[in-house]
Amino acid sequence: MSRPGPGSSSSRGPGATGTAVDGPSAAPLLARVAAQARWEAGTMLRNGEQVLLTLVLPALVLVGLARTEVVDLGLAAGERPVDVVAPGVLALAVLSTAFTGQAIATGFDRRSGVLRLLATTPLGRGGLLAGRVLGVLAVEVVQVVLLGAVAVAVGWRPDPLGLLPGALLVLVATAALTALALLLAGVLRAEAVLAVANLVWAALLVGGGLVVPAAALPGPWAALVHALPSGALGEGLRRASADGALDVRALLVLLAWAVVAALAARRWFRWD
Amino acid sequence: MAGRGAGGRAGGADLDSSAVGGPPDGSPSGAALRVRGLVKRYGARTAVDGLDLDVAAGSVTALLGPNGAGKTSTVECCLGLRRPDGGSVEVLGADVLRAAADPDHRAAVGAMLQDGGLPTSARPLRLLRHLARLHAHPRDVDVLAERLGLPAFARTSVRRLSGGQRQRLALAAALVGRPRLLFLDEPTAGLDPAARLVVWDLVREAVAEGAGVLLTTHDLDEAERLAQHVVIVDGGRALATGAPGVLTARSTASLRFTAGPGLDLGPLRRALPEDVVVSEAAPGSYVVSGDVDPQVVAGVTSWCAQRGVMPDALSVGRPSLEEVFLDLTGRSLR
Repeated sequence: MSRPGPGSSSSRGPGATGTAVDGPSAAPLLARVAAQARWEAGTMLRNGEQVLLTLVLPALVLVGLARTEVVDLGLAAGERPVDVVAPGVLALAVLSTAFTGQAIATGFDRRSGVLRLLATTPLGRGGLLAGRVLGVLAVEVVQVVLLGAVAVAVGWRPDPLGLLPGALLVLVATAALTALALLLAGVLRAEAVLAVANLVWAALLVGGGLVVPAAALPGPWAALVHALPSGALGEGLRRASADGALDVRALLVLLAWAVVAALAARRWFRWD
Repeated sequence: MAGRGAGGRAGGADLDSSAVGGPPDGSPSGAALRVRGLVKRYGARTAVDGLDLDVAAGSVTALLGPNGAGKTSTVECCLGLRRPDGGSVEVLGADVLRAAADPDHRAAVGAMLQDGGLPTSARPLRLLRHLARLHAHPRDVDVLAERLGLPAFARTSVRRLSGGQRQRLALAAALVGRPRLLFLDEPTAGLDPAARLVVWDLVREAVAEGAGVLLTTHDLDEAERLAQHVVIVDGGRALATGAPGVLTARSTASLRFTAGPGLDLGPLRRALPEDVVVSEAAPGSYVVSGDVDPQVVAGVTSWCAQRGVMPDALSVGRPSLEEVFLDLTGRSLR
């Protein structure tokens, strides 16, 4: 056990010494949110299971499907597998981080009282929410850079004009998926959140219009997939990658999900 | 942000609870926490039932009560984590719901919750540095961590820490923002004696710097050593309030001794004043209570001498806080 040792000489900046210099006050709002975003992103990127979910599995899907023809991707004439798979894997990566990862992390944080404790700090509930969303976006940037580089390495040549519509779709999809994650984590027990979030991830990977385009899915299901956030994001990113255009229908679908999920999360989310 | 100049200095806290409506960096003296008629219900169950509570700046108030007495609900209402169903809660001079919505107010309040609330995958020092970044003038993280012995397990995730290590980290998290009001929910549960002393030292230091502390504890020894003010609660109500010494002095002294069981106490009762009560509390364990003065002690010992009875473990004294607590709640804390 440490004794009240001599004051270490590592004080830095005002108020860093042992005596009270100023009354306690919060760091500025932007500094608090930035600190939380950094904390969230760091926590996600340090967590082995999260990295498996957000980077390793999408990379395996990308390389596996771009190089082989085990899955019928319903390719049009002149389309290569990587043209369909690469944007789909980016959509999968967004789903992993914004939905599955956030739902699980929030579910367990709620159970262990982390949300309650942070609500009592200068961060507060609003800052926590903002920090989380920014942390998710930061991880998504890492994912897009790394997975994009792998995709380019296996032959993906997206239309550069698609960057802007793609970024817009990812932003709105992140809002919708994070809100859905909070809704799930805010109403179910942590173990149930873990099970449901992973199940949804696997189900949408196979039949959610992410990696396998809606066109390759059976008729009525294909129509439904366009209305799912996963399908809208997958199809929207494929469109942006192919000809640089914004898929307006996909954007509207994602916006609708974002609004409805945010309202529902606001209504039903419980902090403890 | 506004500095308080040389304010917030140690000790000499004004016990008068008159500061109301001040900003978080207002007057350093006065009430850190003022609770009046607090009511908290969960459905049909009333957890807190008209509780009054004061924590003066630069002092410790201990909230003592058995499990389910309403202690944690009270703390949660004071932190703005739960909305009270009645009464008023003033935190550092502001209404609690307003205070909880203000980042600077939250910065001035430190909390160590019973469920810990530490992220399970976090490493202790990284977490502490992160929490420090949320404050404008945090304590030096290295110094604080060193005091609490955190570097010894700096690279272990919270999930793998022992209960005592978690407690120390949670206390560091509560202290890192130099709070002016500190809520400690059983801060030394699960700590070894040496760690307990370190925690008590840190709490005393925070108090000397002018912080008000609300301490809930099962440890009466802790309450007697740390608190200037004790509130004994059960069923959501305050049963007794006062300084530890006042609470124990309120009960009369008693004389206790052990001897063979089944002694005939009739002659002893006749030899002592009428308002003195003699009883065999448990077989062989005798209690003489009432106005125990030297005459009563002489009466008891001469009665023993006449019968050839040796009074073992003969003692005269006021009851401990624990005995007062038992009398009031009829329940044991440990």
